[in-house]
Amino acid sequence: MSKTAVIIVSHSEKIAEGINDLVSQTKQPDVHVFAAGGTEDGEIGTSADKIQHALQQADNEAGTLVFYDIGSALMNAELALDMLPDLEGNVEIVNAPVVEGTYVAVVEAGMGKSLEDIAASVRRQQFVE
Amino acid sequence: MELTTNVMKYWLVTADEKMQTHKEYLSELDQAIGDGDHGHNMARGFQVAAENAKESTEEDIGALMKAAAMTLISKVGGASGPLYGTAFLKASDKWKGKTSLSKDEFAEGLEAAVEGIKTRGKAEAGSKTMLDVWTPVLDYVQHHDIAAPDVSAKAKESMEQTESMKAEKGRASYYGEESISHIDPGAYSSYLLFEALAEALDKEEA
Repeated sequence: MSKTAVIIVSHSEKIAEGINDLVSQTKQPDVHVFAAGGTEDGEIGTSADKIQHALQQADNEAGTLVFYDIGSALMNAELALDMLPDLEGNVEIVNAPVVEGTYVAVVEAGMGKSLEDIAASVRRQQFVE
Repeated sequence: MELTTNVMKYWLVTADEKMQTHKEYLSELDQAIGDGDHGHNMARGFQVAAENAKESTEEDIGALMKAAAMTLISKVGGASGPLYGTAFLKASDKWKGKTSLSKDEFAEGLEAAVEGIKTRGKAEAGSKTMLDVWTPVLDYVQHHDIAAPDVSAKAKESMEQTESMKAEKGRASYYGEESISHIDPGAYSSYLLFEALAEALDKEEA
């Protein structure tokens, strides 16, 4: 059984890759994490095409969680998902602080938790004291 | 009124000309209450959409507009890409298989576009966004026989009204009260889009 995959959507390619570096410290080798940061040409922004590509790569039976940062990130994530109707129901876009949310999700995915359980757990977290 | 495939192409081409002409001004508006790239983003997206439309031999208005939607999604950065892209995509679905649109058919597409923008942006009119131009234009189109000068005037007046509004959506909302007394950049680019539509309608009538 595969483990829930995680996608990081950020306006900055460096932020998305940086978060990926950070969560790789948790050493969850079976958890696939994909960075979808920046525009097609690496500028600041988000790209529905890039996110779509990440969703296709991440696709697995345990599902995919998507974390995002400001502004258009959520819109492009939702648009990318709309364009892949086959993935409907197997992907959840989670509203959480992008660094902390991704971190918690990767740890819990490593434990083999389900998509729904991880999303619920991330939402329960009080990230700001 | 019948909007043919050629009129719709002309709309895209004219919209591109306007985005190029007003590119700097749009970015200036965005600089005040956003990240300052709106003009360049719109100009980049509409340039490719217009070039493709000019070269296209597509007769189906739905297919023509869907291609434009996909270009805007790929080429326009920022929040405008998914918002304008969704608008054109939703409209294209209503216009699928048609080579000419009656007023009511056009209005149906416009209504789907407005619904798409609301869903994608989780917004309603009154929050100082592009919807403050799209919604009154839709209302006008639904309830009147379309006259080109009125489309243009309605879009202009609605755009100007965003100046006194307080932003409640998008990055401009971080500016709170400071956002008042600035025209919303998305409302301005939407005004340009409908001014281009008015010119396309004029061409149809000529």
